Amino acid sequence: MSLIEITEVRKSYGATEVLKGINLDVASGEVIAIIGKSGSGKSTLLRCINGLETINRGSISVAGAQLLDDEVHLKALRLKVGMIFQQFNLFPHQTVGGNVMLSQTVVKKTPKPEAEAIARKMLERVGLAHKFDAYPDELSGGQQQRVAIARALAMQPIALLCDEITSALDPELVSEVLAVVRELAAEGMTLLMVTHEMKFARDVCSRVVFMHQGRVHEVGPPEEVFARPQTPELKQFLGLH
Amino acid sequence: MIEFTLWDILRNLLLATRWTVVLSLVSFLGGGIVGLALLFLRISKRKSLRSLAKYYIELFQGTPLLMQLFIAFFGLGLFGIDVPAWLAAGLALVLWTAAFLGEIWRGCVEAVAKGQWEASASLGMGWLQQMRYVILPQAMKVAVPPTVGFSVQVIKGTALTSIIGFVELSKAGTVVTNATFQPFTVYGLVALIYFALCWPLSKSSQILERKLNVAHRNH
Amino acid sequence: MNYHFEFGWLLEYYPQIGKGIGITAELIAVGAVAGISLGICCAWVRALGPAWLKPVVAAYVELIRNTPFLIQLFFVFFGLPSLGLQLSELQAANIAMIVNLGAYSCEIIRAGIQATPRGQFEAGASLAMTRFETFRHVILVPSLQRIWPALSSQVVIVMLGSAVVSQIAAEDLTFAANFIQSRTFRAFEAYIVSTIIYLALAILLRQALAIIGGFIFPRRTAR
Repeated sequence: MSLIEITEVRKSYGATEVLKGINLDVASGEVIAIIGKSGSGKSTLLRCINGLETINRGSISVAGAQLLDDEVHLKALRLKVGMIFQQFNLFPHQTVGGNVMLSQTVVKKTPKPEAEAIARKMLERVGLAHKFDAYPDELSGGQQQRVAIARALAMQPIALLCDEITSALDPELVSEVLAVVRELAAEGMTLLMVTHEMKFARDVCSRVVFMHQGRVHEVGPPEEVFARPQTPELKQFLGLH
Repeated sequence: MIEFTLWDILRNLLLATRWTVVLSLVSFLGGGIVGLALLFLRISKRKSLRSLAKYYIELFQGTPLLMQLFIAFFGLGLFGIDVPAWLAAGLALVLWTAAFLGEIWRGCVEAVAKGQWEASASLGMGWLQQMRYVILPQAMKVAVPPTVGFSVQVIKGTALTSIIGFVELSKAGTVVTNATFQPFTVYGLVALIYFALCWPLSKSSQILERKLNVAHRNH
Repeated sequence: MNYHFEFGWLLEYYPQIGKGIGITAELIAVGAVAGISLGICCAWVRALGPAWLKPVVAAYVELIRNTPFLIQLFFVFFGLPSLGLQLSELQAANIAMIVNLGAYSCEIIRAGIQATPRGQFEAGASLAMTRFETFRHVILVPSLQRIWPALSSQVVIVMLGSAVVSQIAAEDLTFAANFIQSRTFRAFEAYIVSTIIYLALAILLRQALAIIGGFIFPRRTAR
């Protein structure tokens, strides 16, 4: 059975349909890169999986948790899926440690010492244990994004959604974030990432999904998708890069 | 004991409302004129004038309007004149209004982009010409919503003049209450009349501000 | 003008003045804490709360912001007893100040909430927090930080406005000044002195609020 099941998902903003019937099954441990032009619906799809956007039709489920538009179901779903954003979205009034501990103590009611231990462990994983007491605005963009990853990991999700997590970073900071993601992939974390990093997708991902005009246009292992694109749209897209 | 109908109460209150309106208008217009003078001091090139205006504004914004009324009322009396309440009320409210309007308008002048000063200077304009043709026309646009908004504070401020004995809406409220023993009804009505005066101004200030923001975004 | 200023009475009446300062300070302390708390609740309703409550809070805010504090005070002190609610002068003054500041701070805080980047709400949601948990733990503090200067100014305005509570015989600083002028017939001096004290209180209050702000908001920058 697949870990994430996306079936016939449709989503419109007013009269414009941005997702026109998406089907995608993700097995546990898969690392999937979603690529496509801006406006192809790739970010929207990712946001739907976490319930940040409501879908008009179709269904999404993660490890049996169904996406339904009420707080109980959303919470159950979001406890299983973490999300990393393009703009990091760290909480500016909390320290790095506070950022990683907050949802553990608020949502999971984890006792503080335990939450702190987990926070330190997760920050260790992203190489930022020494920044525990720093505030987000004291960190570089790359460091902030690694804290955001630690924050999501602290909730012990079974899958992570990464929405263009390196797009807001200065070029020299991209690699430190990708290194963390690469490690997560190696440890068997299920990852769905919208990305423009084609080389990373080729090296790390098990499958590449090419989206075009609200549809999944081509899917396949990276060596096939990148080496032998089937459709003119994908050929054109890859030519642009 | 005389019975008062609701209409009796309301009529008396509305008659007194005229004085609230007159005093508000006088304070707002007078305060506007003094406030404009204050604005020019506040943004003048001479530091001594700037500090003078700054201290004036801080003094009037940092002390209770009620105290200003008391001082005007009793202070003018020191000159040996018998001060009528309307004079003290008008004087204090004009000076108080000026402080706030001066400060609001200074913010508006400072909101004009620095490049406008530089551009007009590069065209050889003097300070007065810059103000007259470039800065003030732009600042005035921004100034309208907060100025309309502040007029609400002026109307509400006039209520305090009842304390030094000027007969306007609030004073009438107290007088009518003492005659009717119906404080709940009377003060309720007084509040509603103030609301009827103030709310349209508040609302138009909000609408004007929204329009301004939209206009700015489209630039 | 041949008037001789006379401040000798200060020696005799300083206990009254001291008491008046104490009551004014107490009124604004209670008013600020309770009023801002009320403002936070109302701002939550207006920005994120249930739809049916929004017009109720909006009506409260508009009503308070468009009527004089003096009338609100009279309504509470003289009007409410006819509904069977007897209040002491200080209770009435407290209630009127809380209700007044609540309405103003509601609008100020709401502006702070609405200036929050959308990503903060989404980050809270993605960490499985409910809407309320996100508001409470993620949105509130940075929102307050954003508007703290405006909120501080409003608290000072309410403190200065509290001078009128002397009109219902609450024994604040203005009450003391009135008392002294009625005893000594030194009205001008009594009001000059109390005006200076109010100015000092306003400056002190502003400083205190800045210090409190520095304590609640450890980081200088608000996003």
